Formats: sequence, C-alpha cells, structure tokens
Amino acid sequence: MKAYDVAELALRNLRESVLRNSLTTVGISVGVASLVAMLSLGIGLQQLANRRLAKSGLFDTVRVTSRRDLRNLSREGGENGPDAAESPPLDESARQRIAQLSNVDEAYPEMRFVTELRFEDKPHLTVVAALPSSARATDAFEGIEGRFFSSDTAPEAILERSFAQRLLGTSQPANASSPVTALLGKQLTMRYGERTQLPSTSAGSANQPDMAYSVSARYENLTIVGICDLDPDSMRGQSRARVFLPLKLTEGLHVMDPSNLRDTTNVPGASPTYSALEVRVGSPQHIPAVEAAIKQMGFDTFSLLDATKNLRQFFAVLDLFLGIFGSLALTVASLGIINTLVMAILERRREIGIMKAIGATDQDVRGLFFAEAGAMGGFGGALGVALGWAMGHAINGGTNLYLKRQHFPPAQIWFVPWWLITSAILFAIIVSLVSGLYPARRAARLDPVEALRYE
Amino acid sequence: MTAAGEGKGNGSIAVRTDNLCRHFRMGESLIPAVDRLSLEIRAGEFVALLGASGSGKSTLLNLIAGLDRPTSGSVVVEGRDLARLGRDDLAKYRLRTVGMVFQSFHLIPSMTLLENVELPLRFAEVDRAERRPVCEKALERVGLSARLHHRPSELSGGEQQRAALARALINQPQLLLADEPTGNLDSQTGAEIMNLLEECNQSLGMTLIMVTHERSLAERYTERLIFLADGRLVDDRSTARTSASLAPGEAR
Repeated sequence: MKAYDVAELALRNLRESVLRNSLTTVGISVGVASLVAMLSLGIGLQQLANRRLAKSGLFDTVRVTSRRDLRNLSREGGENGPDAAESPPLDESARQRIAQLSNVDEAYPEMRFVTELRFEDKPHLTVVAALPSSARATDAFEGIEGRFFSSDTAPEAILERSFAQRLLGTSQPANASSPVTALLGKQLTMRYGERTQLPSTSAGSANQPDMAYSVSARYENLTIVGICDLDPDSMRGQSRARVFLPLKLTEGLHVMDPSNLRDTTNVPGASPTYSALEVRVGSPQHIPAVEAAIKQMGFDTFSLLDATKNLRQFFAVLDLFLGIFGSLALTVASLGIINTLVMAILERRREIGIMKAIGATDQDVRGLFFAEAGAMGGFGGALGVALGWAMGHAINGGTNLYLKRQHFPPAQIWFVPWWLITSAILFAIIVSLVSGLYPARRAARLDPVEALRYE
Repeated sequence: MTAAGEGKGNGSIAVRTDNLCRHFRMGESLIPAVDRLSLEIRAGEFVALLGASGSGKSTLLNLIAGLDRPTSGSVVVEGRDLARLGRDDLAKYRLRTVGMVFQSFHLIPSMTLLENVELPLRFAEVDRAERRPVCEKALERVGLSARLHHRPSELSGGEQQRAALARALINQPQLLLADEPTGNLDSQTGAEIMNLLEECNQSLGMTLIMVTHERSLAERYTERLIFLADGRLVDDRSTARTSASLAPGEAR
C-alpha cells in the first residue's frame, strides 16, 4: 500500500472509534505534558541559577592576590609556594603577564577605597569601587535606571540604589513618583587622597632606590549617570561598594590605598603594586588552567568554581529525576496505546480478515496499525507539548505571584527550548510506535479464515 | 475439447489439486476436512461444489483462494503451487489472480461502497487519480451507480452482494470464487446475482467456482457439478447445460 493510503485508512480507523482513540491520545498527551512540564521546570531553574551566577561574574573570575599582602599571610595559601617575601609583586608587569595567559579575557586591578562624597554640600562617607567596562554585561545592570558609563575614562558615577536614597533622604523628601531618577545628571564631588611619587633624591642609590610618596587631598567632579538595584560586588566578601566609577578614570586618579604604605616598607625598589587583580576568563571551564598558571607565577588565587561544579551536578540529578517522573506518565500512556490497539484488533478482526482475503499483505495490515499508533502518538505529543507549556506558564505565574508577595523580584523559572518541543513529540511518536509493535504484529499474523469466521 | 470451441477459455487447466489434504486438529482427534482430493478445472469453466455442510467444500474453496494452506498435497492455480508461495506472494495471488464473493458479503461496514470497491486497488498500489473512475465503472456495471456513497448497512442484501462482486472483479482476476453467494438472499435477488456471475463467466471468460448446497441453482447456471462428502470427491458430472455440447464424464 502507498504511504498516503496507509495514512488515510489509519486516520479513518481512528475516527471510527473516536471516543476510545481520543481518550488514548489524551492519555499520551498527559504523559508528554508531565514530561515537558518537569523537564522545562528543571531547565528553567538551571538557567535561572546559571544566569544569576554566571552574570554575577563570580564564576568566570579569578581573584589574584600577592602573598606579600599582609592580609593573606595567615591564609591557607601561605603554606605552600614561595615564601611571602620572595613572591613577586603584583604590579603592572604581573598584570600584563596574567592578561596574556590563554583564555584570559582581561585582568584589571581591584580598586576599592573609602572616601567622602559631597552631594549638594553634604558629605557622605562610603566605599567607592572601580568597574571595568565589561561589567556592563553583568545582570547587576539589567535593571539600571539611567545608563552605564559612556566611556572607561568619563567622570561619571553609578550609584547603588540604597545610597542614592540616602543622598535624597538628606537633600529632599522622598518623592514617590520619581524617587531616585531625579539624581541622574546631577553632580557629585569626590574627595580623595592622591598619591604622587616624589622625585628621587640624590641620597638614593641603585640598590636602595627611594620609595617616597606625597599624599594630597584632591576633588573630582562626577556626573551621576545611573542607579542600579544590586551591588554587583555584593557576593565578593569585601566591603560593599555603594558608588562605582569607570576603571581607567579611577586608575588615573592614583587614589592612596593602604597597600601603598606596605610598598614603602617592604619592597625595595618596586613599582606601585595592586592589592588584588580580578582576572576574567572566557568560560568557567578554563578557570582551573588559568588558576594553575597564575599560581605558577607565585600568586595566590581564589575562585568559586567548585561551587558551580556542585551546582551543575545538582541540576543534572534534578533533571534526571524530573525526567523519570515525567516518563512514568508516558509509560502508563503507552500501556493505554497497547490496550487500545489490542481492543481494535478484536473489534476489527473480521475487517482484517476481509482485507487479507482481498489481497492485503501482512505488511499492509501491520503498517495500518503502526500508522494508527504513530498518529495517536503524534497528536498526543503535540497536544501534550501545548498542555505542558500551559502548565508551565501556570506554575511560573503562580511562583511569581508568590515571589511578589514575598517582595522578591519576578523570576523566569520556566523555559521550554525548541529541542524539548520537537524531541517530546518525537519521543511520543517513538513510544507509540514501540507500543504498536506487538498489536501490529498480532494483527498482521491473523489467519484470514479464522478472522472471517468471526462475526 | 468443445469447451474451447465455445470461446470460453482455451481449455487449459486453471485449477488442479493433487492429493490435496487439509486436516484440522480438534483436541485429540484429527478431522480431515479435505482428504486426498484430486481434480482439475479448466479455464473458463463454471463449476459448482456441492455437498452437505461439513463436507469440505468451503475448505476446498479457501485452499484454492489461498486463504488456507494444505496439510499435504498441492493446489496449482495458473501454474503456481500455492503451497509453495510465501505469505506475501500468497497475498499478491489473492489480490491479482482470484476474486472472492462470500455468503455474508464481507463488505467493510465503516466504508462506503465506493471505498469498499477501492480497497483492493489501494492494496495494488494503483494511483489515487486512476482509482475512482475504475470503481465507479465497476459499480455501474452491477447497477449500483446511485449507491456509490452509501454504507453497506443502508443497502439490501442483493445490493451488498453486487457491491462485493464489483470489489471481487476490480483487479480483473482470472478466477472467481463464490462461497454460497446466494445463501443470504431471497430467490429473486439470488437469481440476479447468479445472472451476474454467469455473465462474468460467459462474456469475460472467467473461471468460476461456486460453493452451494442448492443443487437446483447449480444445475441451472453451472456446467459442472462436483460433489463432496467427508472431504472426498464422490461425484463429478456435467450438467444439462453442457451435456448438449460436452460428453458426460469427459469432465473428470
């Protein structure tokens, strides 16, 4: 029989006992729906976690510190590797060497200092941190009001929302309709200590070079360009920064840093050093290699990669479990298909006999039952995907309603990728065909004389 | 042979059985439904198989139709030994070489007459576009052109049997087998069916084997009577229709 004849006859047979076949199809669709719902929940949660973590910059970043740093002396890194005094300084040349390692996107100094900011002549003491332009991509700036820095050297500032409210709280009563956006474009004056290297005195010699700074108070006028919801550094375990400046601008200011003081005491003749470097790596999987390479140079490193490894493992197991639960329903549905088709054989015994008597081959009869099973699987799969999608939306909506009540930002915990839609339908068809295997074989093997006798 | 002279076939052997046996196992005992039966039917003959119920006439017809397989012996139709054909070849044989009409019509109830008649063409993989005119013509020939889109349940027995005949003839078989074709019909409509069968035999030159228990009917329409009892051939004779032109006893 030609394929379209098989399809046509199969469809008309399905229509003949429409109630039973639709119930079976609904059974399949419930199975597929639960599979889709479970898996897309798993995928959605995983994506949510990945998005939050990867974009926070924690998992593609290695923090590099020098062993010379007094703060690090008591830490675990001090036990192996070179002695603190012999480890290389974390200076500009070290930064460049690290930046040239393979898979390293950028290496920038961590700059963070406590300073005073003046807004409308009122002083505010807070932590200021420098941000590289790559920080634009992190999700801390997804809900930004205003904009990101126009350039890496622009005299601009982004405020953390609570700090912005603090500025407003003292300057004007909180305005309900436009609370913090009123600050955008306004000026802020930062007072800081600039470090200037003093010219070499004649007393200095080749093996005892001078290391002398002068520190003077400076003012920098900054334009407020953006207000962000989250502190992008909130998970870095350091003092939380409230105000962010462009990296290059900050570097150019030569703000006095406590570590500069140490340079004068224990490093003979070194160029200025950084207290810490942030090294951004293309993808989390390159972190171990980069970390090892930096350790080889004699620095201490810190990353949160192990945390993601556990997280990924957790989601793999979660997906597996959700998939198994989903498949369970589909297994039950496949029993429904077998049952329906076996019933159809009994009911259509005479019809099969007639078809064989007038020249249908075993293959024709088998194909017919196969096509019926496949069609139920295809319809059930498509219906199931739609149902699963709707279920997922309901779950997502419910969750967000709950989150909203708990005053959390809404989250997309639900994601149905295209591959899931197509593979769910394909899977339903395959399961149905496998279920149809036995009934189709049985129908094809019917003895026509026996079948015709059956009334 | 005079049969050839009548223009009904060339006198070659259409069906030959040789020591044909078909035994059914019923618990411990073996029932010989067809027992060491040998006969020949020439092309173009119209033969009636007669006998009491249980005499094996339907079993013999099923064996010739390729619906059943012999326990031993052979059935050779148009030069092919059916016992040696595989399942698929046997299906092809049923599709192309034989047409079959049954006592209870055996139309598929969910299909219209047109669809029922179309079914063998689907199995024969005839293109969709070619099928319809052929089917309409076939139903027209049996006088059902007004009933194309009716389902079997909406029709009388005679109409159903005529549709079944149209279906049996759709692939132009050389051999037409009829199992009690008038058994479920009154004598009036039975006669109509018999006239149609006779026409197939006379004008299309088809070999026709009919199982019946109505001897009068057989004598009126067929040219040869084969009597079976307990699976064996007990008598084989020509009817009055042929006795004029065919010497009695010539048909073996």
